[in-house]
Amino acid sequence: MGSSVTRFAAGLLAVTGAALFAADGPALAQSSVKIGYALSRTGPNAGGAAVTTLPNYEMWVKEVNAAGGLKLGDKRVPIEVVQYDDRSSAEEAARSLERLITQDKVDFILPPWGTGLNLAVGPILNKAGYPHLASTAVTDRAPELAKRWPNSFWLLGTSAGAANTLVDLLVKLRTEGKIGDTVAMVSVADGFGIDLSGAARPALAKANFKLAYDKTYPVGTQDLSPIVNEVKALNPDVFIAFSYPPDTLGLTEQARIASFNPKIFYTGVGTAFPLFKQKFGANAQGVMGIGGWSGDSAPIKDYLARHKASAANGAEPDRWASAVTYASLQMLQQAIERVGKIDREAVIKDLQTGTFDTIIGKVKFENNLPTKYWWVGQWQDGEFYGVAPATNEGARTPVIPKPAWKAP
Amino acid sequence: MTNAIFTGLMLGGMYALIAMGLTLQYGVARIMNLSYGEFLVAAAFSSYWLFTGWALNPLLGLALVIPAGFGVSLLLYRVLLTPLVRRARTRGALEVDSILATFGMMFIVQGIMLSMFGGAYFSYSFLAIPVSLFGEILALNRLIAFGLAVAVGLALYLALTRTRLGTSIRAVAVDPMAAQLVAIDVVRTSAFAFALGGALVAAAGVLISMFLTFSASSGVIFTMKALIVVVMGGVGNLLGCLVAGLALGLSESLVATFVDPGLTLAVNFALFLGVLLVKPAGLFGRAQR
Amino acid sequence: MSAMRLAAALAACAGLAVLALLPTYVDAYYLALAIGLLQFTVLATAWGLFSGPTRYVSLATTAFFGVGAYTVAVLGELLHWPLVLLIATAIGAVMAVVVGLSTLRLSGLHFVIFTFGLAELIRQLVIWFEVNKSRVLGRYVFVDITQKDIYWQLLVLAVAVFVIGWLIARSRLGFALRIIGEDETVAKHCGINVTVAKVTLFTISAVFMTLVGAIMAPRWTYIEPSIAFNATISFEVVIMALLGGAHRLWGPALGAIPLTLLFEFLAARFPTASTLIMGVIFLLIVYALPAGVVGLWDNFRRQWRPQRVEQGAKA
Repeated sequence: MGSSVTRFAAGLLAVTGAALFAADGPALAQSSVKIGYALSRTGPNAGGAAVTTLPNYEMWVKEVNAAGGLKLGDKRVPIEVVQYDDRSSAEEAARSLERLITQDKVDFILPPWGTGLNLAVGPILNKAGYPHLASTAVTDRAPELAKRWPNSFWLLGTSAGAANTLVDLLVKLRTEGKIGDTVAMVSVADGFGIDLSGAARPALAKANFKLAYDKTYPVGTQDLSPIVNEVKALNPDVFIAFSYPPDTLGLTEQARIASFNPKIFYTGVGTAFPLFKQKFGANAQGVMGIGGWSGDSAPIKDYLARHKASAANGAEPDRWASAVTYASLQMLQQAIERVGKIDREAVIKDLQTGTFDTIIGKVKFENNLPTKYWWVGQWQDGEFYGVAPATNEGARTPVIPKPAWKAP
Repeated sequence: MTNAIFTGLMLGGMYALIAMGLTLQYGVARIMNLSYGEFLVAAAFSSYWLFTGWALNPLLGLALVIPAGFGVSLLLYRVLLTPLVRRARTRGALEVDSILATFGMMFIVQGIMLSMFGGAYFSYSFLAIPVSLFGEILALNRLIAFGLAVAVGLALYLALTRTRLGTSIRAVAVDPMAAQLVAIDVVRTSAFAFALGGALVAAAGVLISMFLTFSASSGVIFTMKALIVVVMGGVGNLLGCLVAGLALGLSESLVATFVDPGLTLAVNFALFLGVLLVKPAGLFGRAQR
Repeated sequence: MSAMRLAAALAACAGLAVLALLPTYVDAYYLALAIGLLQFTVLATAWGLFSGPTRYVSLATTAFFGVGAYTVAVLGELLHWPLVLLIATAIGAVMAVVVGLSTLRLSGLHFVIFTFGLAELIRQLVIWFEVNKSRVLGRYVFVDITQKDIYWQLLVLAVAVFVIGWLIARSRLGFALRIIGEDETVAKHCGINVTVAKVTLFTISAVFMTLVGAIMAPRWTYIEPSIAFNATISFEVVIMALLGGAHRLWGPALGAIPLTLLFEFLAARFPTASTLIMGVIFLLIVYALPAGVVGLWDNFRRQWRPQRVEQGAKA
């Protein structure tokens, strides 16, 4: 009995679905390039996505379309956007992407925000053969993932990279006699904090630093003053916090109130946010954090100005993943235009092998990973400059020791 | 040690402050308000807007935000919740209906905030200056919030136990049916209690916006915190709210200082579950069956 | 009557066959949608199994769901799949018995918050353990399980939950539970062992939730506590079950299916304003359907039954 009934039911489901989520008429093949993305507009990830990802996606589309569109062969084809809200849930993110691929039949997909969601959609994008330029994921498995999913590119690198670069910088500063031996480290009890502190711990031990304090705190802790007070009593030379945005702001504020002023004050995600400067003003001076960019370079200055003009309320980009995200879009665009048609396989190939001219400089992937990252930045005179690795173009000399906190 | 106790007390005062409005809404008006945290965040946003846009001191802003919170909540109760109260035959039915309705309300308030402010984090600095108290350094803004929490808690407690209106509010909390028999207008009293809860949550939102980072999506964290404090202290009991809040805050800072900051929330929940196992109706609650 | 039963049974079998063959006909998106529908149908029905008759509103769904998912994250790459599921079942059951024995003497009102606190406590303990003992947070699940496998497993689970629910309703246990729901004191006086009855049912319901978590885990590649112990799942399940009507076995499913479709529709059609619209629609539903979907159905039947009898008399 099965098959006709089944087919009927499947058809029924399809028809209902089509009626529910109807595509607005079949798009003509050449009239537009359909680009889809699902971002966290609600839920716990929304705060990060709203700062780092969404403004860049919107600005890039606006700019490309203002120029007439993507250049396919000898004509320009405008971008048409299909977007969804993944509600910060891995399941929603997976389903939204399946919808983009099979229902909306988009030509390219821009990735979601954050490590967890990028991993959740990895297998789907791989199976469907879409390029996956993960510009907001930090994972130690990046090299392995790039091998497993050759269509995926991990632009923010590994937490080991972040931790080791930081420790290298500390070693150099100690050799120069600018700091002593004692380090206090706290980390948020979530993927980010644990990976980074897990990589930093052995690196610090190997470099003979004295780890006076090494604790974690749960996500969403609303008062971090016990930690700051305890750390202050230990009087370390270096304070490292692998923290999330609300904690980054809370720790900094508390340190200022308690006049805890170590020679190096380093905090995690959120330090590079424009909100940080806005909240602390002159007190941001000398604070180090994860990320950074070469703030003196002309393309970055130009990007900053365009971002301010484009984003809602004139918001500034963050000084870490924002620029990388925008650069990833430039790479995608250059790869598509070099291929000259909607051929995802060829675009992936071009991304793997080509060299790209972006706002963060020339980028060429090696095994699907970039070769240069900014790992340590520092607020200097109202801008968050990259200070390490020092070999990067535009790296500034860090200001050590951090100047004393001022009264607001 | 003293520092840990001070920090704990201040954190606890903040928890109590967050929860006081809910204990009135849930305990007296019988509305299990799942959109509670969203209203708190909305008050935080309005304070942010007044401070950054109009340079209005948040403490003065309270004079605008609190009446607004009262008015909006009163309107909400009159328009949206009164039909549910009329329709509910039992307390359980009203609870189910109010959970469903306020769940919808949560989305609406959140949606409005998202469209107005976007999803990003917000934070500003106000009175983030150190003050020295018994040789310990504390943040002035947190100290003010703590002071106001204690003051409001005690004032309301006295008002509820010493005044006529307070007595009728407590009568409704204990037994709405019997309250009717002694000529208390239950619907009006409930509306008043709900609106008072709305005014309190608005005040809490303004005060915590002085030192916490918030975003349009962070309401649910506060709803949960408030629910835990309310249930632990005994539903409808302001003194219980204060004591439970302080107990949670103290345990959190003592554990962070002497055991491991990673266990603070676990200990918080363990303490809460422990209290409920020993006293199912909460610290100050009456047994209900 | 028996003819009607037979027809119903046949229809159910046919429907099941259709559902079992579904993955061969639909594309990845509809398969994902079907997985979502099944997931919430099982969760909401399992929730209703316990909370329907006893009227305890439990927010512990995500605690069991998360434990199931985490079991897979830890053991998924080490052991055979059926063994992993078996271990998840055992862990879920033990946890449910412990929780049930310690909490079910609370009154309904406090049980709500207690179960919520429990979910958070377990989440915090898992985080603490991972951070301090295993030193990894966020585990990668690379197992050989396709979307179709997930779908079929969920389908089997859905059938199981309905069959078991149907059996319970016809057993002494089900009868005892209905009395407990009406009045616990009366139940005690009738000689019902209230604790055993409640804990048994709570455990059955929890095992289903644990299994759903375990089956769903391979879908996401990466598991971390915020993904596994997502508190919104608890709320969504409660809302779905209450909307459908928790006092009937098939009530929760009637809430779960339309709501999942509605969320999906809003997410697809109004990506930027879905929160706002969802809220408005939710309020409308609450005011328009005071007794849930089941109540609507009961009303409908009450209106039509007399006429049917008349027609029957004429024939």
